[in-house]
Amino acid sequence: MKPAAFAYAQARSLDHAIALLSDNEDARILAGGQSLMATLNMRLSSPSLLIDINCIEGLDAITERDGIVEIGALVRHAQAEQSPVIARAAPLIAAALPHIAHPAIRNRGTLAGSIAFADPAAELPACLMALAGEVEIQGPDGKRRVHADDFFQGLFETALGPHDIITAIRVPAARPQTRIGFAELARRHGDYAMVGLAACARADGQKLRDVRLCYFGVGATPLRARQAEALLTHGSDDDQIEKACAALAQDLDPADDVQASGKVKLHLAGVLLKRVVRQLLEPRS
Amino acid sequence: MSESAKLLHAISLQVNGEPVSETVEARKTLVDFLREDLGLTGSHVGCEHGVCGACTVRVNGQIVRGCLMLAVQCDGAAIETIEGVSDSGAIADLQDAFEKRNALQCGYCTPGMLLTSAELLNQTNAPTREEIREHLSGNYCRCTGYHAIIDAVEATIRARAGAKP
Repeated sequence: MKPAAFAYAQARSLDHAIALLSDNEDARILAGGQSLMATLNMRLSSPSLLIDINCIEGLDAITERDGIVEIGALVRHAQAEQSPVIARAAPLIAAALPHIAHPAIRNRGTLAGSIAFADPAAELPACLMALAGEVEIQGPDGKRRVHADDFFQGLFETALGPHDIITAIRVPAARPQTRIGFAELARRHGDYAMVGLAACARADGQKLRDVRLCYFGVGATPLRARQAEALLTHGSDDDQIEKACAALAQDLDPADDVQASGKVKLHLAGVLLKRVVRQLLEPRS
Repeated sequence: MSESAKLLHAISLQVNGEPVSETVEARKTLVDFLREDLGLTGSHVGCEHGVCGACTVRVNGQIVRGCLMLAVQCDGAAIETIEGVSDSGAIADLQDAFEKRNALQCGYCTPGMLLTSAELLNQTNAPTREEIREHLSGNYCRCTGYHAIIDAVEATIRARAGAKP
């Protein structure tokens, strides 16, 4: 299908974009557009105005400073895939990126756009939550930062207000003892996952500490499996991993969807947990 | 609504090396602009939501989905379509390999397959079959079952590597 008619404006600056958002009801921000354009074409959404932020300068940088990796709002997936900073200091994101859609889409789509859209089956919202990252937001009242645990609030619902824009996403830079794990099950490469798991931990001798297991595709938002996390901080031998898998039944309650029944998804969540714990136990090269 | 927010926009861009100036509706996708306004019907419209890859074109040297970008966003950009890339001869060997190996039947997916494969050929010297499959996984073909397409891309990569001094 073709989109319903809308007006289009290029924002010259963040302030200009926020002013346009405030002055126009039903306006939407256009960044990479790789989800938005599809919803427009299918007429699932029909905004009055698209505010294109692609020409705003200074939003396409990836920087590492004071132990934080900051990814600007216009950093595209392909750019992040090739970034040595992401490879070294945000290895969980580096591991997730090849699973996101396809090359032609990764050339346009932005990391911040994926966070803003908050598809419950998308990789990056779960990565942001696993890394205990935060979202930097600018709105009519100025700038603020929201922790990933508070950002994702419901199905496609986030802490963003109607006149807010994400300016960057921030994640703690990996340290030598940082361990990461990522796995997902999808019917085709590049599809949204049936079930996926992004995980982060801190190695302390043979033990794992600060384990954060974030599942995607199993609920309305990325979901932490808190009981499984707690069990894995007490040990990660085979027995303990089995206990953590069993605890997923309390942590997760996936609904049936077109891809699989909730029961199947719960089983797959356990399969992924075993794979990801093996990754968490491996020192990073 | 502010002055700059309009339904119609004048754009100037390069398409296959030629300068183009047109007025477009804001809602017009890049692939519809190429097909309907410029008559470049080699880029195909399949799913119109970014899944099938039939509309793949190059914008400023990178492949994109022509259905997931607006024409108005291409003001100042350099666009290459299958027509331009064919005329340049840059992928004549890949096109020959597609023909020799029956890597197309109806041909609907072929322009997208070629441009997506061409990006892989430009990026890396010796991708494995698995890497070729992964790179093409966003392009649907409903005729061939893909094996012949992978064969054609692999054969072109081998031939190009062999031709190097």
